[in-house]
Amino acid sequence: MFYDMKPIDCDVHPAVPGLDALLPYFDDHWRETLVQRGMHELNSISYPNNSPLTVRKDWRPAQGRAASSLEQFQAQLLDPFNTRTAILNCLYGVQLPFSEDMGAAYARAVNDWLKREWLDKDDRLRASIVVPMQSPELAVEEIERLAPDKRFVQVLVLVMGETPLGRRHHWPIYKAAERHGLPIGVHAGSSYRHPVTPVGWPTTSTEDYINQSIGFQSQLASLISEGVFKAHPKLKIVFLESGVSWLPSFLWRFTKYWRGLTMEIPWVDRPPDEIVRDHVRFSLQPFDGPTNIDDVERLFEHLGSDELILFSTDYPHWQFDGTDALPEGIPKAMLQKILIDNPKSTYSRLQETG
Amino acid sequence: MPRHVVATVDEIPVGKRKLVTVDDREIVIFNLNGEFYGLLNRCPHQGGKLCDGVLAGIVKSENPGDYDYSRSGEIIRCPWHGWHFDIRTGQSWGDPDRVYTKHYTVSIEAGKTLVEGPYKAETVEVCVDNDYIVIET
Amino acid sequence: MNIHASNVKTDKQKSRIGLAIADGDIHPRPKSSTALFPYLATRWQEHLSTYGLIPRHGYQVGPAYPKGNPDASRRDAYPPGGGAPGSDLDFMRAQLLDSHNIELGILNAITPAPGNAQNPDLAAAMCRALNEWQVAEWTEPEPRLKASIVVPYEDGQAAAKEIEHWAGNPNFVQILLMSRTADPLGQRRYWPIYEAAVRNNLPIGIHAFGYGGYPVTGSGWPSYYIEEMSGHSQCCQALLASIILEGVFEHFPTLKVVLIEAGFAWLPALSWRLDNHIHKLKSELPHLKHTPSEYIKSNIWLTTQPMEEPSRRKHLSDTFDWIGWDRLIFATDYPHWDFDDPSEALPIRLDETKRKALFRENARHVYGV
Repeated sequence: MFYDMKPIDCDVHPAVPGLDALLPYFDDHWRETLVQRGMHELNSISYPNNSPLTVRKDWRPAQGRAASSLEQFQAQLLDPFNTRTAILNCLYGVQLPFSEDMGAAYARAVNDWLKREWLDKDDRLRASIVVPMQSPELAVEEIERLAPDKRFVQVLVLVMGETPLGRRHHWPIYKAAERHGLPIGVHAGSSYRHPVTPVGWPTTSTEDYINQSIGFQSQLASLISEGVFKAHPKLKIVFLESGVSWLPSFLWRFTKYWRGLTMEIPWVDRPPDEIVRDHVRFSLQPFDGPTNIDDVERLFEHLGSDELILFSTDYPHWQFDGTDALPEGIPKAMLQKILIDNPKSTYSRLQETG
Repeated sequence: MPRHVVATVDEIPVGKRKLVTVDDREIVIFNLNGEFYGLLNRCPHQGGKLCDGVLAGIVKSENPGDYDYSRSGEIIRCPWHGWHFDIRTGQSWGDPDRVYTKHYTVSIEAGKTLVEGPYKAETVEVCVDNDYIVIET
Repeated sequence: MNIHASNVKTDKQKSRIGLAIADGDIHPRPKSSTALFPYLATRWQEHLSTYGLIPRHGYQVGPAYPKGNPDASRRDAYPPGGGAPGSDLDFMRAQLLDSHNIELGILNAITPAPGNAQNPDLAAAMCRALNEWQVAEWTEPEPRLKASIVVPYEDGQAAAKEIEHWAGNPNFVQILLMSRTADPLGQRRYWPIYEAAVRNNLPIGIHAFGYGGYPVTGSGWPSYYIEEMSGHSQCCQALLASIILEGVFEHFPTLKVVLIEAGFAWLPALSWRLDNHIHKLKSELPHLKHTPSEYIKSNIWLTTQPMEEPSRRKHLSDTFDWIGWDRLIFATDYPHWDFDDPSEALPIRLDETKRKALFRENARHVYGV
């Protein structure tokens, strides 16, 4: 059973039980203002609380929020999967408020809550620094504040925000992350400054979710076109819950256009698939592959590299049943890489703290 | 290597080009500042005719936002998908390791030597007083 | 400097495909900004001259992102007699139809694109003009060409009216929509168009481009033209997801939809993703009786251009296998710069059945010609 290998799970989601749990971590001003204004929960429409996708049925407690306590994590995830390390990506919507300062205050509170309630209590846990994308300056401050704690192994942003991720005004965030050896984790979800589809607002949560992988494609085009990797040669980007199967066809199309349009983006001086191989990684779930095993094998040929994929369960989102977190047809020779080696080489801090 | 006389020097002023046919192959001759270069008139991508393309320079950048422009007029862009080819070498700009188009050795010969020498004038009648463009295939 | 084509071959070039083919995407264009005036009421002529066709982006004239080539066209496609690429029927005959042995060419008039206009009445008037122009100056003089009915798609009722006006007219074989609309194309405001399509047994062609007003990504406006070009694939995926999830094919099971000029290699991954997640979320979509991949395999076709270019040919042929050899329609996109030459664009060897399907039979089937 592959779980004997003690996998590194690169995408799991601790849920904030409610604002009350965060209040101790705000300063006096914010604590008072959030309570007195009757601030609602920052629950993003990306994951409606009771949607079947948001929490797998057997992980849903009779009462209270799923995945909101360490006990739930230990019983449902860390122990059954024999997890070596799990990286916490908290999706409480700190990027949603329009006010930069409010977003930054929430980010600070969430990060401190993660430290106290999670990282301090179970050695298997690591976390991403949640940052307020509303303000690159405030995001950098938050990175600088938390980087000294080596249990923070990544900087977390959402795949869709106000402007494409490659744009230069985001670069101070990438510079800070690069300096600290922290990958940027780009996770499915949006701050809904724009419709989540590139052709307008959807009518269902399903449509929203399907469009997440489409959003990742746009962002990959942006990150490459803007020269983010040229300007930050040591930077790594991890696409989390992005889907994986779209990558080869995206690169075929994008590379074809790049060949004729190099004068527009002259800093992209090597083929896009090389750039991706060197700088971009993908968490496993959802893989979104074909159901036929022969076709899965063909798809892996198209993907080309065995270094791209990082194991994840995406707990507590429903991506598989039981403990079947590995899609059928994944080449056995790749298991060691997917489960352990690729996560370790992507997250350098995992090597330091073991 | 067979040598072919294809044009007189003054048929191709500086910055201009001429399409010639040798052994059923179309070849474009370019005049870059008095030096002559020949490329097969066929983009290796999908066969677009390079003689219909525009001349360009190269843009390089080590730093996004910087555009380091050089070699104005020394690149031919395919009229279809815009691939860039270095006229001097045939190398593509953008994916030089994998893509190039065939280039030909071009030289200038005085009319006198051609009349006396063993070279056959394939497409152009040779006159002693002119200079001629000769390509090797 | 534009180099006019110097050596246009007017006799038939030897086609490596070995058969007369269909071209699923050709772009005719009016010779000038006043070329449509004979087909427009005076009131609209004056309106256009004074205010122009105002789109949902900032420029009076020209596209939102500057192109790689002028007019987004091949540099050798400028007619020797003058005018923009695609504006001269004789030149198109010589450079495209005769040269490539095209027996069926589907016209998609997208410049101008009246469906984009902010003003709905102007949009309707210009669509009628463009359709009359196509018949008078393209399909009647040239029987190898068939046209698509251009409609003011943001107004479903007005679009249906335009479709009914041309129903039964053999010059038209398709209804043309653009991919970037004000709302995703699966939504109900567009259903009158699908109703009219089905009533008149016409396929819907959805062509990449258009300006619905939203950024070309769900995260705002990118900086570069290459991102917009790459982005047509994302837009097409999004609209296809919308059409399927809204139940368009459940409501209109005989509707045929052709996705034009957005490539095709992205389709299998989207299809797998849709199937993968739908089964979990079916309580949100009780109206769907089939899986997304089933709808795709029965109601969707795609043109092949711009053909994706994997470095290994086998990967392209895997992709064709996944999509199905009966679902792809070859197209050149003449006269645009990312043109696919029929004798060059496909790097894989095809047996005769597949070759005929891709280069002719699928088009004949979908367009009923």
